[in-house]
Amino acid sequence: MKKEELKELQRIATKIRMGIIEGVYNAKSGHPGGSLSAADIMAYLYFKKMNVNPENPKDEARDRFVLSKGHAAPVLYSTLANRGFFDVELLKTLRKVGSILQGHPDMKKIPGVDMSSGSLGQGISAATGMALSAKHFGNDFKVYALLGDGEIQEGQVWEAAMFAAHKKLNNLTVIVDNNNLQIDGTVAEVNSPYPIVEKFEAFGFETVEIDGNDFEQIEEAFSKVGTFDKPYAIIAKTVKGKGVSFMENQVGWHGSAPNEEQYTQAMAELADTLAGLN
Amino acid sequence: MADVKKIATRDSFGNVLVELGNEREDFVVLDADLAAATKTGTFKKAFPERHYDCGIAEQNMVSIAAGIAATGKRVVCSSFAMFAAGRAFEQVRNSIGYPHLNVIIGATHAGISVGEDGATHQCCEDLALMRTIPGMTVINPADDTEAKAAVRAAFEHDGPVYIRFGRLAVPVLFDEDYKFVIGKGIELKDGTDVTIIATGLMVGEALDAYEMLKAEGISARIVNMPTIKPIDRDIIVKAANETGAIVTAEEHNIIGALGSAVAEVVTEECPVPVVRVGVNDVFGCSGPATALLEEFSLKAKDIVAAAKKAISKK
Repeated sequence: MKKEELKELQRIATKIRMGIIEGVYNAKSGHPGGSLSAADIMAYLYFKKMNVNPENPKDEARDRFVLSKGHAAPVLYSTLANRGFFDVELLKTLRKVGSILQGHPDMKKIPGVDMSSGSLGQGISAATGMALSAKHFGNDFKVYALLGDGEIQEGQVWEAAMFAAHKKLNNLTVIVDNNNLQIDGTVAEVNSPYPIVEKFEAFGFETVEIDGNDFEQIEEAFSKVGTFDKPYAIIAKTVKGKGVSFMENQVGWHGSAPNEEQYTQAMAELADTLAGLN
Repeated sequence: MADVKKIATRDSFGNVLVELGNEREDFVVLDADLAAATKTGTFKKAFPERHYDCGIAEQNMVSIAAGIAATGKRVVCSSFAMFAAGRAFEQVRNSIGYPHLNVIIGATHAGISVGEDGATHQCCEDLALMRTIPGMTVINPADDTEAKAAVRAAFEHDGPVYIRFGRLAVPVLFDEDYKFVIGKGIELKDGTDVTIIATGLMVGEALDAYEMLKAEGISARIVNMPTIKPIDRDIIVKAANETGAIVTAEEHNIIGALGSAVAEVVTEECPVPVVRVGVNDVFGCSGPATALLEEFSLKAKDIVAAAKKAISKK
């Protein structure tokens, strides 16, 4: 990856993170930690990888994305807004009565949202259905699903994994945002999903483990999409709360909003990061 | 109706899917290792490349159906009512209902007429569960003709549709001229003393009850109510106004489905006595289906008794 391109992606990811903080602060609720951890992956998908068109969000040929970890809605909304699907100012209406930006993604209301999600474990199945539809009806689009590492404790995830591999859905890419924290503690303490890579391999996926906050590694992993004869799982090791110092690796920031002082500090840190990238 | 032709509505389901398969290319059918029993196997035999078996994983199947529908294609998914509506309730609610996707859920082996498999497989709660999901259309066909027409109507409908089919062969009540419209009840017999509103296999029993009541000098109106949601309010209000007493009859728990839906309308619009015939808030048990319908008081004679009770409350 060229240095300028790397910087541009980092700038985009930083703006996405600012949108996350803006949204969650204004909503006085929401899930910043698991949104911030996934910002780099989302930036890469929507600004480099996926075939999407903000002018025609329902384009039938578009690639599909399902936020299976639907509580990370702020990162999806901020990504879509920064990509031009709707006004960035709208992020301030997150979770408010009358806003299209529901607490969890709503495909009926939000331009660019391909599937409603929020109840864990169901998004990967829906993505599998989309991939099956593409194969069956002869469409070329690719399907991506982002899962949480806590989410894969849901049995349905493995029902979907079994089926996707059985049907050799190589147009399906599953990304596990492995930030290592869930509401009640570390995933290893609560109900360990490890080893994650080996589990997906055993279910019949091609797998890779990367640093999910490193664009070089993200690009390397995503360059392989569609080259296998089976579905693909990218296990992305990430830092929960990435980019805001006091939120990093803190379980408490899974589902709570910053107060005014914390908001100001978070935005100042991100502004500094952005300035450093110019 | 001893010599009447009998067909299980699950067979009607499989047969109409084949007809539709010949007519249109834009749909696939999903099952969860029960294709031989749900009769999607009939479709699978005709169109093997358009039938996907998800294995014993109903929750995944339901969300996969949602994903297919989200790409703009039609999809039918099928399992026993217990698993389609029960086990996968939350997937139906969140993956299909909330985004209002065009998924047809064909749920077979509903009610206690499943028979020998017993209580674990006798779903008497599905209509109630499905009825509480906003935007869900819920249909409970009475016979072969209505079952096939309901599936056809579901293919033209915008939004999710739950259709309930039975395992037990039931009399064919309607001929080819029968017109099914989602949300519309049908007056099968006119009467003045009481109205019997029946759904599913209880429609045949209600027609038998009509004759038995007639022999005793009681004039019963018979209404077939295939759509549980949206319920046909007009036909209920008309019946309440004109006959002054109502009996509901369904092969379902008396809580939450037809009886409740009718009582809700009656209490809001035109209060008259309502007596509910159904599975009386108990689990089923093993036995031949026909014996179980006797055991759980789901026969014409039970409707007759309920009709007299309703009239006595006027």
